[in-house]
Amino acid sequence: MRILVIGGGMGGTILANNLARRLAGELRSGKVRITMLSASDKHMYQPGLLYLAVGRMAPDELYRDQRGLLEPGIEFHVDPVETFELDKNQVKTKSGKVHAYDVIAIATGSRPVAEEIPGLAENAEQFYTEASALKMFKRLQEFQGGKVVVTVGVPHKCPMAPLEITFMLYDYFKDRGILDKTQIHYTYPVGRTHSLENVAKWATPEMERLGITYETLFNMKEVDGAKKVVRSEEGSEAPFDLLITIPAHRGMEVIEKNGLGQRGFIPTHRHRLNMEGKENVFILGDTTNLPISKAGSTAHFEAEALAENIAAMAKMGMPVRDYDGKVFCFIEAGKDRATYAMFNYQNPPDPKAPTRAVHWFKIAYNKLYWASARGLL
Amino acid sequence: MSTRKLVDARGSFCPGPLMELIAAMKAAQVGDELEVLSTDKGSAHDIPEWINKVKHEHIETREEEGVWHVIVRKAK
Repeated sequence: MRILVIGGGMGGTILANNLARRLAGELRSGKVRITMLSASDKHMYQPGLLYLAVGRMAPDELYRDQRGLLEPGIEFHVDPVETFELDKNQVKTKSGKVHAYDVIAIATGSRPVAEEIPGLAENAEQFYTEASALKMFKRLQEFQGGKVVVTVGVPHKCPMAPLEITFMLYDYFKDRGILDKTQIHYTYPVGRTHSLENVAKWATPEMERLGITYETLFNMKEVDGAKKVVRSEEGSEAPFDLLITIPAHRGMEVIEKNGLGQRGFIPTHRHRLNMEGKENVFILGDTTNLPISKAGSTAHFEAEALAENIAAMAKMGMPVRDYDGKVFCFIEAGKDRATYAMFNYQNPPDPKAPTRAVHWFKIAYNKLYWASARGLL
Repeated sequence: MSTRKLVDARGSFCPGPLMELIAAMKAAQVGDELEVLSTDKGSAHDIPEWINKVKHEHIETREEEGVWHVIVRKAK
């Protein structure tokens, strides 16, 4: 069986490593071959960008060599796919090579598209790339007080990011001694402060306690940089001195160019994780169109279920279990407290009050992640 | 030509049915209908509230065997 993994992010890497362990014997005997194609020889720990933006991590802490994260039996090529020929069970890469497969897993991820809102990219700070997170930190360091507005596009990667950056900004300004000259104003697209009702029940009184104002049902329409105001589709506007945005995301351009899914998100079966209409094409991570969080943990749990199923297909000719929609998200509630939300398709989360212990576990996980990526944790 | 698109948000706690609809609106054309499937009874209130505020059109909400079908039209 030729297994092709497209994308060397969290989902693709955990899947490939998990498969390599489950199919170690088959890899050695040549019955199975696992190949990964990626756009980069580096692997980024994307959740670290949040910390980079407030000066709590350095860029070099975010990266490892992708080759070094992979099990030895996995073939790895830095040669991104340009054409998916799913009817022929093959892909063509940037270098012109053709890779045929029996099973393919597509985990190409998503990208921020602040440019879709007029004026947003030019006037807002964001932290979804290394360069933008560093730029945001520099801007924060120069900030001497005023009105800080947080805006949120849809869909976005990491559903906890809007709350996390808001509470981390509060502690950042407090530590710099400019909180009394700073007003943080949080906006959110739906009718409460977070899409998860139980998270909103915790976050709303927390904002009120800290003096963070908020406006719900606020979807960005445009940003007027001259007047320093962001206007919403709902007809309101928020003036700002510093605009921080969690931009909307799309899937990768190669997905859109190949017509695999609107806005780059591929229609995916919610339990089997195969592309609709394709039994040997699997999708995971941000690349799916599933109505669940675009988050590393989603990719992680999808990859575990998928690895078990693809390994079973190699050994027994059939998958063995369904993905149940499991997601686990840490929620940083400032610089030294955190909580978490765990849920699936059937059960909503019930987050507890933030504690220092959970925060330190998250900080530990920022290092343990590399064990997760290797498929060890 | 306008079409009806299904937004299957059953079992979605996060980002949730309304967030799924907001995302789907971006890919829709003016005049298109979108039918949201939700297992959250709150959608029967949340979605029409947003639709009315943002001045799209709420066509119908009905419940069938524990699934709420909220049908809207993109108006602008």
